[in-house]
Amino acid sequence: MTNDTANIPYSDESILAVRGMNVDIRVPAGTLHAVTNSAFHVDRGETLCIVGESGCGKSITSLAVMGLLPGNATVTADVLKFEGRDLLSMSQKQLSALRGNRMGMIFQDPMTSLNPVYTIGNQMQEIYVRHGKGNAAQAKDRAIYLLEKVGITAAESRLGQYPHQLSGGLRQRVMIAMMLMNDPVLIIADEPTTALDVTIQAQILHLLADLQKEFNMALILITHDLGVVARIADRVAVMYAGYMVETGSSDEVFNAPMHPYTQGLIDCIPIPGKTERGALLGSIPGIVPALVGDQEGCMFRNRCDFAQEVCGTGIIERKALGEQRGYRCVIGPEQAQANLQASRAQAAVAAGE
Amino acid sequence: MAPQDQAASQTANGFTAEEFEVEAPSPREVMRRRAKRHFGLIIGGSVVSITIVCAVFAPLIAPFDPFEQDLTRRLINPVWGEGGTWAHPLGTDGFGRDLLSRLIFGARISLTIGFFAASIAAVVGSIIGMIGGYFGGRVDAVVMYLINCKLALPPILVALSVVSVFGGTIPVLIAVLAALFWDRYAVVTRSVTQQIRNQDFIAAAQAAGCSKSRIILSEVLPNLTNQIIVIASLEMAVAILVEAVLSFFGLGVQPPTPSWGLMVSEGRDFMFFKPYLITIPGLAIFILVIAINMMGDGVRDITAPEGRN
Amino acid sequence: MNADAPVLECRDVSRTFMIGKGPFVQKKPLRAVQDVSLSIERGEVLAVVGESGCGKTTLAKMLLGLLPPSGGEIFFEGVPLSSVDRNAVSRRIQPVFQDPYSSLNPRKTLASIISLPLDVHKIGTPEERKRRVEEIMELVGLPRRLLYSYPSQLSGGQRQRVAIARALAIKPEILVCDEPTSALDVSVQAQILNLLQELREELNLTYVFISHNLAVVEHMSSRVAVMYLGRLIEFGTAAQVFDDPKHPYTSALLDSVLTPEPQYGLPEITTMGREFPNPLNPPPGCAFHPRCPKAMDVCSQAQPQPADENGRLLECHLYGEETAAA
Repeated sequence: MTNDTANIPYSDESILAVRGMNVDIRVPAGTLHAVTNSAFHVDRGETLCIVGESGCGKSITSLAVMGLLPGNATVTADVLKFEGRDLLSMSQKQLSALRGNRMGMIFQDPMTSLNPVYTIGNQMQEIYVRHGKGNAAQAKDRAIYLLEKVGITAAESRLGQYPHQLSGGLRQRVMIAMMLMNDPVLIIADEPTTALDVTIQAQILHLLADLQKEFNMALILITHDLGVVARIADRVAVMYAGYMVETGSSDEVFNAPMHPYTQGLIDCIPIPGKTERGALLGSIPGIVPALVGDQEGCMFRNRCDFAQEVCGTGIIERKALGEQRGYRCVIGPEQAQANLQASRAQAAVAAGE
Repeated sequence: MAPQDQAASQTANGFTAEEFEVEAPSPREVMRRRAKRHFGLIIGGSVVSITIVCAVFAPLIAPFDPFEQDLTRRLINPVWGEGGTWAHPLGTDGFGRDLLSRLIFGARISLTIGFFAASIAAVVGSIIGMIGGYFGGRVDAVVMYLINCKLALPPILVALSVVSVFGGTIPVLIAVLAALFWDRYAVVTRSVTQQIRNQDFIAAAQAAGCSKSRIILSEVLPNLTNQIIVIASLEMAVAILVEAVLSFFGLGVQPPTPSWGLMVSEGRDFMFFKPYLITIPGLAIFILVIAINMMGDGVRDITAPEGRN
Repeated sequence: MNADAPVLECRDVSRTFMIGKGPFVQKKPLRAVQDVSLSIERGEVLAVVGESGCGKTTLAKMLLGLLPPSGGEIFFEGVPLSSVDRNAVSRRIQPVFQDPYSSLNPRKTLASIISLPLDVHKIGTPEERKRRVEEIMELVGLPRRLLYSYPSQLSGGQRQRVAIARALAIKPEILVCDEPTSALDVSVQAQILNLLQELREELNLTYVFISHNLAVVEHMSSRVAVMYLGRLIEFGTAAQVFDDPKHPYTSALLDSVLTPEPQYGLPEITTMGREFPNPLNPPPGCAFHPRCPKAMDVCSQAQPQPADENGRLLECHLYGEETAAA
C-alpha cells in the first residue's frame, strides 16, 4: 500500500506520534480491517479528538496505542512512538509499566472500570505504590490532594467509600483523580461523558480541560458526539470505516468540512436557534459497510450523494490542504465546498416549503 | 428524501447499499455453522441417534428374541473370548439369551424412561419457574418454597421407597423420576424469566394488549428453549442412571424385561468368571450417558449468544 | 368521548414506589412522579425532558396504561384511563422504546414482531395482516426481503424502524416515544427523527416525545414539559421554553447543550451543584435548591406551587404569587 500519511509532519516533542497504523483482526469470516493507514499525533497541552460512529475503529485505535488489543488482532505501523520510544517493539511488561503511569486512561463507564470490592482509597493508593512512586502514606496524601483537585468535597472520608456509593458523575471524577495519581503525560479518554447526564457532562469536560491545561498534558478524546468535539478539541480526526477521512483543526473541520461524510455528520445535528424547528434534518442514508475482507475504493461511496465512478476503485489518496489539514476524497476542495453550499441551500429551500 | 428511498439507498451513480451490505447470517445459519465444527456435539449426537435407531427398530435389528431362553447355549463368551461365535457377537447370559438382542431391546427402556421423565419434568418445572419469575412477589415466594422443599428430599431414597410401594412398572418409574427432577428447570427458567421480564419487548407486548399467559407462552418461552433443552439432556442422563440403579436393586423394571440396569444385576452371579455380563451393559449405560451429556453441552455451545468457539 | 377534550390529560398524577429489599427492612417511598398535571392536544408533539431519574419514563409507562398511577388520574379524551378497557387503550396508544436491542424479541422474525398487535386484536385475516405488515415495513423504510429475518441480523437503525413499524401496525393515534434515538448513531438518529416527522404528518399522529437531548427536543416538539425529581417544573410551548427559559433548571439544561459550534467553547455551569440529589431522600422545599444558582432562603423551606406565567406553567419561588406580592 502506498503510504500517503508518512510525510505529515510531527515534532520530536510530540507525546504520541502515529503514522500508517493498520489494525487487522482475525474473525471467523476472514480478516477485519478495523483501522487502515491511520495517522495522528498529539503534543503537550493539546487536545485531539477522534470522532466517528460506532464501528468506525476509534476505540480500536486507542486500544492499539495502549497495547490492550486481544490476541487475534495485529497492529502494524510505520511510526508508533510514545515520548520518542517505539511502542511496537515494547514487551507487554514494558507496556503495562507505561499504562496507568505515563499514560492515563478513562473509560465510558466508571462503574465497570472501578473495582467494586475495593475502596476508592485502596485503588488510588495501589496504582501509586505499584508503579513505585512512593509508600502508602504518600499515596494517601496525593489521593486526597487529587480528589480535592477534581472537585470532590470531604476527600478524606471519600477514600473509605466503595464505588457503588457514588453517583455516576462522582465516579467519573474519581476515575480522573485516579488516572492523575502518577502524573501522566497523555490521557486517553474513551467516551468519558457518554453515560452521564447533560449537566454533569459539561462539568466533567470542563474539569478535564482545566486539568489538562494545569498539568500540561496531552489529551486524546474519543467520542461520537460532535458537540463535545467542537467545544473541547484543538485538532479533530474524523474516522469512518477504519479510515481517518478528515483531519484538521477544530475550526477548520467544523467551519469548512471537506469530506462528504463530515459534511453529512455535521448537518445531521439540530442546532437550537439555527436549524428550523420541525424541518427535516440532513441525514446520511444507509448503514456502515462490513469491514471483513479486502475492500477497494472509498468506503463511504454507497452512502455518498457525490459518489462517482472513480470512487469504486483503488485507494483514495489523502488530499493535504495544510500541514495537518487533509481529507480522503476524490472531490477537490473548491468543489467540496460548493457541494456543501448547494446541499445546504437545497435543505433550506425544502425547509421553507 | 422519502424514508423508503433512504433504506434502499440508491445513490446518484448507481451504487446500492446491497453492494456493501453483507447480510448477517440468520440465527439458524449461525447454529448450523457452529454445529459443523463442534466435535462433542457430532460425536454425542451420533451415539444418541444410533441408540435411538436401535431402540425404535429393535425387532428388526436384534438377531434373536431377547426373551428366548436356550439353556444349551448359556454363558457363551463374546466373539473375542474363548469359544465365542458370530452367532452371538456379545455372547449369551445365564439363561442362554442373546446379550446383543437384550442390549438393543434394553435401549428402549432406558430411552423411554429417560425421555419421558425429563420431558414431563421439563414441562412442570418450566411452568412453575416461569410463573414465579414473571409474577414475582408472593407467587415467587411460593415457587421458591416449593423448590426448597424439593431440594431437601434425598432423590434416590424417595425413588426407592415410592417404587417399593407402587411397584416397578415403567409409568411409575417415569412419574417418580419426573417428580424428582423438575426443580432444576424451575430454578433456571425462573431466573432467566426475571431477566427477560424487564426487557422492553415484554412492555411492548403488554402495550399491544397481550394477556399474561400469551406473554409467557409466546414471548418468554421462546427465549428459554435453549436452556430447557440443555437441562433436559442432563436430566435425561441422570434419569437413565437412576433407572439403572433402581433396576439393579430389583426395584425398577422387573425381569425378564431387558433393562440395562437389570442386566448388570443379573450378571452379578457370574461376575468373577464371566465379567462381560456386567461390563457390556455397564459400558452401554456409561457411553449413552456421556453421549447425552456431550450433546447437551454442544447444544449449549452452538446456541450461546456470543460464539464460544 | 369528548371531542374537545385534550387527547391525553394528566391531573395531579403521582406514582410512588416502595423501595427496600427483604421482609425486615423498612421500605422507603420513592416518589418517581409527583402531582404532574399536563395535557396533550391532538396532533402535537409534547416533549418531556429531564435528567435520568426525573421520572419521565415512569410517566410514559403510566400514559401507556402499563402502570397505574398511585394518585391522580389520567384522562383519555376526557374519560378516565382506569375506566377504559385495556385493549381499547392499546389500540390507540403505542410505545417506541429507547433500546432497539431490548425492545425486539430476539427469537421472533420481523413479520411476527410487527404483526403482534394485529394478532392480539385479531384484526383481519392472516393474509390481510401479512399485507398490512408489508405495507407498514415499506412506510418505515424496511426492505421487504427482511420480512423473515431476525432482529440480530439488523443494524440499530433498522431495529428502531421495526419498533416503529410494530407501534404503527394497529394504526394508533398516539405514540409514546421514550428516548427513541439515544441509543443510535448520529447519522441514524437523523434518519429516525426525519421518519418520525414524516409519519406524523402523513398519519396525523400525536407524539409524547421523551428525551434528555435538548437539541433534539427543541427540533421536534411543539410543547415542552421539564421535569426534575418527579415534579413538573416548567411547561410551555417550545418557543417559550427554549427562547426564554424561566426556571433556573431549564436554563442550566439549555446551557449544557453542546452544539457542534467550535466558536463557543465549553459552557460555564460552575454554579450548578455537583451532585444529583438522592431521590429516596430529596432535599426539603424546592428539590432543586441545592444546585440552584438563584436559591433564596424560602427555597429550602417551602415547596413552590405551580403558577401560571403567560400561559406557561412554572414551579419556582422566583415566579408566581409569592414574588408578585413581595
